[in-house]
Amino acid sequence: MSTSLRINPIACTGHGMCAELLPEVIELDRWGYPVVVSPAIPRSLLEYARRAARACPTLALLVEEKAGKHR
Amino acid sequence: MTATRLLAGVADAAGLQDYERWYGPLPGPGGPPGRARSRSRSRRPERLIEIIEAAGLTGRGGAGFPAGRKMRSVAARPGRKAVVANGAEGEPASRKDRLLLTRLPHLVLDGITLAAAAVGADEAYLCAHGTESGLLRRLGHAVAERQAAGLDPVPIRVTGIPARYVSSEQSSIVQYLNGGPGRPTFSPPRPHERGVNGKPTLVHNVETLAHMAMIARHGHRWFRGAGLPSAPGSMLVTVSGAVTRPGVYEIEMGTTAGEVIMLAGGPAERLQALLIGGYFGAWLPVEAAWPVPMTHAGLRAAGGALGAGIVIAFPAAACPIAETARVARYLAEESARQCGPCRLGLPALADALASLAFSGDRGGSADDIAALIPLVERRGACRHPDGAAQLARSLLTAFPADVHRHRWQGACDGVRRPPLLPLPR
Amino acid sequence: MSLDLHGPGLWYATRATGLVALLLLTVSVLLGILTAGRFATENWPRFLSQGLHRNTSLLVLAFLILHVGTTVVDTYTTIPLVAAFVPFASDYKAAWLSLGAVALDLLLALVATSLVRRRLGHGTWRRVHWLAYACWPVAVAHGLGIGTDRGAAWVLALSMACVLAVLGTAGWRVITAARPGPTQ
Repeated sequence: MSTSLRINPIACTGHGMCAELLPEVIELDRWGYPVVVSPAIPRSLLEYARRAARACPTLALLVEEKAGKHR
Repeated sequence: MTATRLLAGVADAAGLQDYERWYGPLPGPGGPPGRARSRSRSRRPERLIEIIEAAGLTGRGGAGFPAGRKMRSVAARPGRKAVVANGAEGEPASRKDRLLLTRLPHLVLDGITLAAAAVGADEAYLCAHGTESGLLRRLGHAVAERQAAGLDPVPIRVTGIPARYVSSEQSSIVQYLNGGPGRPTFSPPRPHERGVNGKPTLVHNVETLAHMAMIARHGHRWFRGAGLPSAPGSMLVTVSGAVTRPGVYEIEMGTTAGEVIMLAGGPAERLQALLIGGYFGAWLPVEAAWPVPMTHAGLRAAGGALGAGIVIAFPAAACPIAETARVARYLAEESARQCGPCRLGLPALADALASLAFSGDRGGSADDIAALIPLVERRGACRHPDGAAQLARSLLTAFPADVHRHRWQGACDGVRRPPLLPLPR
Repeated sequence: MSLDLHGPGLWYATRATGLVALLLLTVSVLLGILTAGRFATENWPRFLSQGLHRNTSLLVLAFLILHVGTTVVDTYTTIPLVAAFVPFASDYKAAWLSLGAVALDLLLALVATSLVRRRLGHGTWRRVHWLAYACWPVAVAHGLGIGTDRGAAWVLALSMACVLAVLGTAGWRVITAARPGPTQ
């Protein structure tokens, strides 16, 4: 069971709250849009990632659980 | 080498009767009642999927995904399905889909009917650009002709879609058919999961469906009689640029790029590069490109992409940076503007390329191009920015000397040539 | 201290909780505007506006429960509980009281949709959330019109301060939205 971060680029409007709440994994590019440095979330950051996803004003940040097999 | 399979009757098979004379009737479901079923290969609709899988047919719309696997994943889902034939040739340098729809519409329509029966669809659409009113009308006539002959159990709806570059992307088409704008959507769900009217939807390029119509008649072993074991069959390529006889040609998969250029009459002037795959493809220096086999794997290994079989012969006297800058500007304007990195990044990329091409600002723009590529790649909902990124990256890789020269000495003479790469308008 | 259901004690409680609820609602609206306007400084990150906005709104609800509760329980007037949610369900100052009911209904819609935002989807949630710009002025009107403290200068001044704060912040929001920024 692995958890990864994905951004819905259509919903994302570059608010930047995710980068404030999960700076270990998300950075902002020169236009203020999030770049996910590494999509796989370590167990220690999982709760922070979920909080960041809840906080996203446009619900563009997704925390996805994959059952091991790649899509 | 050249193959004459799809295009066997291209000169004379636009009408239904001429078409049936050239290619023979369609066996199995979908064929007119009362015809001899000597080859009962496709008697069970699902059998077609096995045959397509055995034939190893891959999509001819650019992605090269195994067609049988796609059909199987749609067919496996519960409920009724939909089939969409994508004939909206978004790439400006591609002409093959247009050729098929104009000269061999019944081959495509046979393919649609076969696919619809195989996956259990009750809706079928054939899409082309809405601006092509003449083409759409003729396709409507072809469908009506077939209806009168009792050929298509699932009626095929000829639909005009917006003539924008991103509108021919498969999720755009599905959203448009659902009554929304012709813009890409975020997945999940993918069309094969939930597409037109909520049904699992099979979206195939028209050439792929034309091949299916041939395979249904002649079998998978026949299909594998051409091409390579890893890349079987034939494909259509559109050759343009500095060649003597530009046009659409049918080749066996695995034919080298150099052989394709010779098929089109050979170079019209000295070449420096080939642009293969269209604006979603990549530049390759001519010496590196010449022996590369026209397969997805072969071009990937050479640092390029097969795409939808577009080959543009680029002359030595033209400037690839200037041409790429023009194309990048077009791609930036064609953005659906839904995703920040594409909406903002592609114009920045176009600006940097134009600056390098025409102003040669002592290095800043070349570094900016390199910095922008990873900022736009894979950061959109569709692959539009990826295409621009790949084009720019291949430019830097294939023409380091030109880039260096533009950086430090300014624009070359080639920028003054009239534009070569085709763009709409 | 015994709860005097007949004296002025509950009436003071109603007015006090109402006033505090209005102040907190104003703060919540201000924080909401700051969040939407992407306000941030070195020491004030965006998630702070959003988090405080959420918590303040819930506090408003808490004070409104007290505000409604003390009103209903007070025997000086006979205002039934249903009047807190349904306009014109009571004869006492029917119009001004009804405004309070409308404001409360709107607030409940705002809070409920926000709690299930992820299930609702962003589009629907956002369309409902525009009602916040209706909820707040209706609450202000209810507070001024219901009349009990209208005479007191400090209450009037406080209300005016709330109105100016919201108008000013909303003005800031409109101006910054119109100005082309890096993400335009």
